[in-house]
Amino acid sequence: MAHAFRTIRSAATRDTLAFVAAMIVLLVAGPLLPKWLAYIVTISLGFALVVAGTVVLMRAGLVSFGQGLYYCLGGYAAGLAGKYWNVTDAFVLLGLSLVAAVAVAAALGVLLARYREIFFAMFTMAFSMILYGLLSRSQALGSTDGFNIAKPTFFGHAPAEESVQIWIYSLAVAAGLACAVAVHRYLRSGMGYAGDAIRENEIRVEYLGVSVYGLVYRKYLLAAALGGLGGGITALASGHVGPDMAYWTTSGEFVFVALLGGTAHVGAAFVASFLFEIIKTYAFELAPYTWQMVLGVVLLAIILFLPRGLWSLVGAGKARR
Amino acid sequence: MLQTATILVDGVIYSSWLFLVAAGLTLVYGVMRILNLAHGSLYAVGAYAAASSITWYYAGHYPAAGSYLVLVAAALVAGAVASLAVERGVLRWMYGRDEVVMLLVTYSVLLILEDAIKLVWGVESYSAYQPYQQLGKVQFGAISFASYDLALVVVAAAVALALWHGLNRTRRGKLLLAVIHDREIATALGINVTRVFLATFVIGGVLGALAGALTAPVVSVVPGIGIEVIVLAFAVVVIGGLGSVQGALVGALIVGLARAAAVHLWPEIELFMIYAVMGVVLAVRPQGLFGAPAARKI
Repeated sequence: MAHAFRTIRSAATRDTLAFVAAMIVLLVAGPLLPKWLAYIVTISLGFALVVAGTVVLMRAGLVSFGQGLYYCLGGYAAGLAGKYWNVTDAFVLLGLSLVAAVAVAAALGVLLARYREIFFAMFTMAFSMILYGLLSRSQALGSTDGFNIAKPTFFGHAPAEESVQIWIYSLAVAAGLACAVAVHRYLRSGMGYAGDAIRENEIRVEYLGVSVYGLVYRKYLLAAALGGLGGGITALASGHVGPDMAYWTTSGEFVFVALLGGTAHVGAAFVASFLFEIIKTYAFELAPYTWQMVLGVVLLAIILFLPRGLWSLVGAGKARR
Repeated sequence: MLQTATILVDGVIYSSWLFLVAAGLTLVYGVMRILNLAHGSLYAVGAYAAASSITWYYAGHYPAAGSYLVLVAAALVAGAVASLAVERGVLRWMYGRDEVVMLLVTYSVLLILEDAIKLVWGVESYSAYQPYQQLGKVQFGAISFASYDLALVVVAAAVALALWHGLNRTRRGKLLLAVIHDREIATALGINVTRVFLATFVIGGVLGALAGALTAPVVSVVPGIGIEVIVLAFAVVVIGGLGSVQGALVGALIVGLARAAAVHLWPEIELFMIYAVMGVVLAVRPQGLFGAPAARKI
């Protein structure tokens, strides 16, 4: 079967099948996994979506230190819809997260798509800190504590207390891996490769007739959509949203995982997110005051020794060279 | 009328603080082309060192007037040590890389320093209010200002003057300006750019630590004070033009006055206001008020 798999000529089709197979395996294994593992998988899928958005931008040479803005917007959109409009359907909530994130990105992207490098990084950081400031000062929205989210329903069906997590898990797996396939195919399409071209020499891309501003704007929208969706999934899974979803440390974690996995393949974002969540869970228990230091040291090590991320250790990267 | 005067004075006070914070950041960028995100941590190191020193000083019942010397000394020592450690320990191995990669490097230094601060000083808040309190208030008719804040304006002006003199009237300062203008030619002319980098980074770090130390008596020093500072300092530096110290001064004035106006008239939009002002300046002059337009290499 592995041989038959390898004879599929198109790498894109191979990868799509791999993602679909992973989705099926995870969905089937879901009820069999211990609850803590299923929870970590769910959270890491939400996280991985935001990282995938960061990777799309990084491929175009833009490091966004403010994806937490959309992560937070997505989470709060899901939470507020439940709190004030009594919406509980998980699909509607995720749709609202998506819409909220894309709406804000449509406005901010007009400004941000003009900038590159340091300016882009710092402006995105600034906007996410502005949201953080607004939310932490807002008493109605729970200030720095945030607020809890009620258990979601699925097309009218309200699952029992014990099985809600599995439903959310399945939704996360389906949505997450569907997005993975979409982003993967995007990155292998003309617009995706244009991003790499922008990173290498933007002016030449402009001379070839492609509107770089328009392309960057659309990539920013895509990253925001993924961020909002990731935030919505995390909100549903953890049952809580807070302003620290927009804090610089959260955005920094997305950048860290994107670099850890490398920008070569979207799958790297998912694998790296899962590893990161597992390590984070244990690190917080063992060494809560040195967690950031460890992140910083590892980030330096990656920049020095593994600039293409962990994925460069996997065979796929080496073969193409 | 009264409100306008209050806004003006508040604005100038806030501008002096902003200038102290931003001056180091812009100097380091101008010379080394590195946007030092860890500048916020150096600020925090200065604040913590000052808070600890002041607490120790007052516990020892020394004369109150000397506390200001202690503040400045703590900032100088802590800032110098921390920036030396960062430059020699991390940045030295990374020179020559892309600007965004350097941003990520300084970001990791920020992460490391934030936790280092927590390890050394713990997570409780420190307060060292005595230097602030003992100067009292000054009355101007119906409004009063803390004398410490007004003294801060004088200190900022002195630092600005010292920087201007140091950069424009001394030989070493002119070498620094040469490196800012064109690093390659400066190297070709025989200027030891590595040593210039070290000196600049230490000066920038000390300035940041000084800003933190002078702020310590005014706020309660808690983990994370360095981070909000970076976002503000970046806005100031961008408005003024990256790499220009006089730009940092003008940018600080603009941002300080805009923020004071926002705080008195419509407090919720404070941070928006600062970034809106920055947006307007950049729309008119993308390289900042005193920045040199950069040639794009094709």
